[in-house]
Amino acid sequence: MLEIKGINSFYGKAHVLRDLSFDVERGQVVALLGRNGAGKTTTMKSVMQLVVPESGSVTFQGVEITRMAPHKVAKMGLGYVPEERRIFTDLTVMENLEVGRQPARAQAVTWNEDMLFDMFPNLAERRTNRGKELSGGEQQMLTIARTLMGNPSLILLDEPSEGIAPVIVEEMARVILKLKTEGLTVLLSEQNLHFAQAVADRVVIVESGSAKYQGTMAELNANPEIRDTYLSV
Amino acid sequence: MGLFIAQILTGLANASALFMVASGLSLIFGVTRIVNFAHGSFYMLGAYVGYSFMQILPGAFGFWASILLAGLVVGIIGIIVEILVLRPVYKAPELFQLVATFGVILVIQDLTLLVWGADDFLGPRAPGLKGIIRIMGEPVPKYDLALIALTPFVAFALWWLITKTRTGILVRAATQDREMVGALGVNQAWLFTGVFFLGCALAGLGGAVQLPKGGADLLMDFNILSAIFVVVVIGGMGSLPGAYVAAVLISVLNVFGVNYLPQSTLALMFVVMVVVLIFRPFGLFGREEVAGEHGQVGEPERPIKPAGQSARMIVMFGLFLMALLPIVGDSFILVLITDIAIFCLFAASLHFLLGLGGLVSFGHAAYFGGGAYAAALLVTYAGTPMELALILAPLAAGLTAIIFGWVCLRLTGVYFAMLTLAFAQLLWSLVFQWGDFTGGDDGLVDIWPSDWASGTTTFYYLSMVLCVGGIILLRHTAHSPFGYALRAARDSQRQAESTGIHTKHVQLVAFGFAGAMAGIAGGLFVFSKGSIFPNELEIARSFDALIVVFLGGVKTLAGGVVGGAALEGAKDYITRFEYWRLLLGLLIIFVVIVAPDGIAGTLRKWAEKIGFMKREDQA
Ligand SMILES: Nc1ncnc2c1ncn2[C@@H]1O[C@H](COP(=O)(O)OP(=O)(O)OP(=O)(O)O)[C@@H](O)[C@H]1O
Ligand SMILES: [Mg+2]
Repeated sequence: MLEIKGINSFYGKAHVLRDLSFDVERGQVVALLGRNGAGKTTTMKSVMQLVVPESGSVTFQGVEITRMAPHKVAKMGLGYVPEERRIFTDLTVMENLEVGRQPARAQAVTWNEDMLFDMFPNLAERRTNRGKELSGGEQQMLTIARTLMGNPSLILLDEPSEGIAPVIVEEMARVILKLKTEGLTVLLSEQNLHFAQAVADRVVIVESGSAKYQGTMAELNANPEIRDTYLSV
Repeated sequence: MGLFIAQILTGLANASALFMVASGLSLIFGVTRIVNFAHGSFYMLGAYVGYSFMQILPGAFGFWASILLAGLVVGIIGIIVEILVLRPVYKAPELFQLVATFGVILVIQDLTLLVWGADDFLGPRAPGLKGIIRIMGEPVPKYDLALIALTPFVAFALWWLITKTRTGILVRAATQDREMVGALGVNQAWLFTGVFFLGCALAGLGGAVQLPKGGADLLMDFNILSAIFVVVVIGGMGSLPGAYVAAVLISVLNVFGVNYLPQSTLALMFVVMVVVLIFRPFGLFGREEVAGEHGQVGEPERPIKPAGQSARMIVMFGLFLMALLPIVGDSFILVLITDIAIFCLFAASLHFLLGLGGLVSFGHAAYFGGGAYAAALLVTYAGTPMELALILAPLAAGLTAIIFGWVCLRLTGVYFAMLTLAFAQLLWSLVFQWGDFTGGDDGLVDIWPSDWASGTTTFYYLSMVLCVGGIILLRHTAHSPFGYALRAARDSQRQAESTGIHTKHVQLVAFGFAGAMAGIAGGLFVFSKGSIFPNELEIARSFDALIVVFLGGVKTLAGGVVGGAALEGAKDYITRFEYWRLLLGLLIIFVVIVAPDGIAGTLRKWAEKIGFMKREDQA
């Protein structure tokens, strides 16, 4: 569904992604693992074309999206949930959801506010609160809900478990599995291996901007030495 | 009591157009982060377009329809400007965008002249609202009352649009995080265009709605500009209620000022602004502006190095030629070169602030004109000899710069730019309105050099010594520890502070120094012309200097000088065309989009490409 082939991305002169390649298949949850600064966020941004790769290609549902404007990438059905959350702090919860609204799309669930409030009951109570009045966990829920309003078929989650309370992390894992049963494809980045183990089917390990290992979660679990080499546990 | 109420009502009526124009500016800034310096031009267009429609459409219906159509047409012109001029520069540094909008000002000025001619138009009066009503015995025009009643509806419609519609939600979201809005599938390009349409349409409405009160003329654009800036700064950038409150405050104050302090109506609003800013640096309803997103990005800067051997040789050779010029050149050439040299010093002093200090001063004419007026006043009232006047002029200009700078430096970014412009307008308005002392519009005349320097050739040498000396001093300062401190303060305030540099201090001193250098240029200017008029303090003069620095190249030290020489030289030629502003405006827009390194910067790049000059990173 999503093919990343040999992309090289830069920030100014800093070469961050080096010939990075991997695929995500429809219906899977793929975890992008790696240490701080490995290039996970840059990978997500390079898929969304928020950072434009200088070479290589990104293909989504058979269409090459490299160098496309980010809003067109989103319109094709890629949903992006950034690491820093970036909710609109002056807008209410309802208004934040409105910004994410896109027309229904074939082959993807069509979400509305009620469905999302079912999935995130905390948000339902806070629908008229402004973004800045929410807790960190609620903000994280809101970013996901906002992206779902765009009815994506593939969702990019950048470190969904970062900086939120353990109870909420568990809820987050349930949400991701729910999304999977709804037929969404998920690419998430993580440093928290336990969280990845709970939700992911496959893993891609990045280190210094290249994919160093790819395999199923079960394979990774059977190879502790790989884990020890690339992941700080 | 009756008079008091009547005056309040007049003030409220005047606030109407001001509010519409200022809220448009605020809205555009909120989303695009561009301060549209051409906003006054859209206001002016609104008046002209509205006037033309009123000639065709009859009756009360025609009158109000004309106003709406004026808004629509100006909004569409805004779309064209946005697509052609602003889209290419959204990612460019702030200064480029500001300069591009100047280009638009010039183009619109000349196109208006081309279409409607140079005559002022008296605005038609509103059918059905021609008379007056007596309130407590005082006459109040009916149209004023209509405006007072109308404004809340405009404000309400705007409020509804911003808070209740999807477009409004997207606009507010984009004000905070444009990139995220794009990543959620919204085409920001059209959102920006839409906002620009709305902002310009509001300016057009403002221009058309004030027709019965003020008519249409070619000076409207600059005249309203400082008032809108003051309103936006007082109200807080991006705040609609702020824009309304500030517009009312300023307008009411102006009406009272006309009655009680006729000499200083214009100055009054600046005083209010300064008071507000001292207590609330981001305006009554404003919030701290998140800087940095847009700072001085672009290519990493070259380290500026003292001139190399060959550069020195070229400069020495040039100076040698200039020294020999009086032998071969006639007095026309000498006067022209004197003008150019004076202008170069003026531009170089701005370049020092802008390029080195990152301080985008939009009111540099205040110090040039300030120095000139200081010299002229000293000669006129105290019979001061030229030599002493030329020493006191830079002192006065430098002191003015320090006073203005002290207030302006409390702010950064666009607020800073708007404030410097507003202060320059303050000085202009003082000189303009205080005719008994400054001669007002008639200027000050008969200010000639001392006998020994009165010959064209001698004055030429005197100017050369002072101008070249000034430029060398500026350059020298750039390479002194002070210059490095100034650059450090520009690049990273925090880092500079941590190495023990008191950044605000350094910047204030730089402001004073650059002001003093501009003051020398101003002093020389008075003695070379023998007279001085308020237009040397005008916004247009400040823009001249900015454009020159920009055309020359902000990042090259030679920028100010090369640009100054090029423009002043070309001006003599270009101003012979009737529509030279149009040409200059188009040239500026072209340079911003195509050759953003300026003339000197682009020449340098070409030279490097063909191997004529060594690249700095190889040297
Ligand atoms: N805006 C930027 N400018 C320059 N370098 C950057 C920028 N953003 C990231 N980098 C660098 O790129 C590299 C990869 O960063 P990235 O954010 O993709 O890593 P990450 O794997 O997401 O890390 P983390 O787990 O901390 O989120 C890092 O070395 C980082 O320092
Ligand atoms: Mg990251």
